[in-house]
Amino acid sequence: MDWLSRNLPYLMAGISVGGQYALIAIGYTMVYGILRLINFAHGDIFMCAGLIMVYASTVLPIYVCIPLVIVATVLIGFLVERVAYKPLRSAPRMSVMISAIGVSYLLQNLALYITGGLAQQYPTIPWISDVITVFGVTTKRVTVITPPLVILLVIGLVFLIKKTKIGMAMRAASKDFETSQLMGIKINSVISFTFIIGSFLAAVGSFLFFSNYTGVTPTVGAMPGLKAFVAAVFGGIGSIPGAVIGAFLIGIVENIIKGLGWTTFSDAFTFALLIIVLIFKPTGLFGEAAADKV
Amino acid sequence: MSKLLTIKDLSVAYGGIQAVRGISFDVSEGEVVTLIGANGAGKSSTLRSIVGLVKPSGGSVLFQDKELSGLTTENIVKNGITLVPEGRRVFVNLTVYENLKMGAYMRKDNLEADLNWVYDLFPRLKERNWQSAGTLSGGEQQMLAIARALMSRPKLIMMDEPSLGLAPLVVQGVFDIIREINKQGVTILLVEQNANMALKAADRAYVMETGQITMSGSGQDLLENEEIREAYLGKKAKK
Ligand SMILES: Nc1ncnc2c1ncn2[C@@H]1O[C@H](COP(=O)(O)OP(=O)(O)OP(=O)(O)O)[C@@H](O)[C@H]1O
Ligand SMILES: [Mg+2]
Repeated sequence: MDWLSRNLPYLMAGISVGGQYALIAIGYTMVYGILRLINFAHGDIFMCAGLIMVYASTVLPIYVCIPLVIVATVLIGFLVERVAYKPLRSAPRMSVMISAIGVSYLLQNLALYITGGLAQQYPTIPWISDVITVFGVTTKRVTVITPPLVILLVIGLVFLIKKTKIGMAMRAASKDFETSQLMGIKINSVISFTFIIGSFLAAVGSFLFFSNYTGVTPTVGAMPGLKAFVAAVFGGIGSIPGAVIGAFLIGIVENIIKGLGWTTFSDAFTFALLIIVLIFKPTGLFGEAAADKV
Repeated sequence: MSKLLTIKDLSVAYGGIQAVRGISFDVSEGEVVTLIGANGAGKSSTLRSIVGLVKPSGGSVLFQDKELSGLTTENIVKNGITLVPEGRRVFVNLTVYENLKMGAYMRKDNLEADLNWVYDLFPRLKERNWQSAGTLSGGEQQMLAIARALMSRPKLIMMDEPSLGLAPLVVQGVFDIIREINKQGVTILLVEQNANMALKAADRAYVMETGQITMSGSGQDLLENEEIREAYLGKKAKK
């Protein structure tokens, strides 16, 4: 009991951060599912969402900024795919990978140019940034809101993929581009749609994440991006439930480690986890035995 | 009979390899036409270039007087042409029912009648409706691939080696289905290794060798042709 009450704040923070990682991890895992591409730029798209919020909030009220950030982030995700990945559709996978790394650096350097390298103060989003007390723990409301919001979004996403026509097309395309085209599916639209969903979730994640982490720098996307990526690998890249479970797990363990006073090692844990997974179960928790795409 | 599909001087090249070297043939409405030939003759390349999965390097593909070459696959299949690909290629991660719905992806009307139609043709699929397609046997997957293609309500259905890897009894079943759907008004272009069965089922046939059409005639004529018997049927085919 004593242990629990001492660690409750860390546990709550862990679940919350885990949820934020989950929103980013879904973008990695969905894009991998359909293109077999690790979208290295995804963490930077997340950073862009933060930066757009910073600048938009200086001229517009917050309730206008939120939808604006969502639309702008989705647009960036869409354009990145169209400009940097689509022309390479029939190129070797390594070329696309390198293009993704290029986009990542491009976005970071663009941000560096715009911000001048100074950390930008993220605006306070009212209500979710209010300080509240739950179970005797004082925290921001965002901590409590994140887990149910993430679960709702994941349920919505699973519904979309399992029950709708576009979701069925996404599942079909993830197995076989050519045969999907024979069915009349516009592959490029399905791929764009996947990037749109991933960017949308990253934008939502950015509101939650930056409400607790106020400085937006050009490389701020790297750490959460990497952790979300590890979560996706841990869960079995390509699997949405896997990514979500992996993300919550990483968030929680990371914060428990902080609670034990070993803050210095909390990041190391994530990467140790990556190495262990890659050595002992490269397909992750729910991954399919690596059936390479034909 | 009016011509449904007219191929003129069609060529397909992969890098430096000329897989199809300027072939011409046609398929009329209501016919079963077969294209037979040895491994690597260019049969699959021909079908794949008709639906735009590979871009032809030359020639024209007319479907009901509409030029299809150069269009994307989704725009080609919209015209009422479909391909049952070599090796079945069912969506193994989707259920049987979902595979059938994928076949009707372009349609916005009610599918009920056509679902019943394919379930009548393939009762086995109805039994397996909610099973994932990956768990079906090879024969069942072939049935599903054909049923899926029928769900688009095609005017022309092209099949690439539907008998590949199936037991003789199942092969017989596949050819029965081919006759049956043809009787119901669907035109068929069939690529086969199984020349004997294909020629028996076909109204007309073309023989392909190293990217060229070397012979054509009615199915019956080619069945009786001495050269064909030697090359594709084995001498013993003579009864
Ligand atoms: N994607 C490709 N890249 C390069 N060469 C190819 C490709 N596809 C086919 N070929 C070549 O083109 C030629 C014709 O192949 P195709 O698959 O059309 O033959 P086929 O008549 O269908 O043979 P099979 O009966 O074995 O299926 C072959 O020499 C093959 O190696
Ligand atoms: Mg072939």
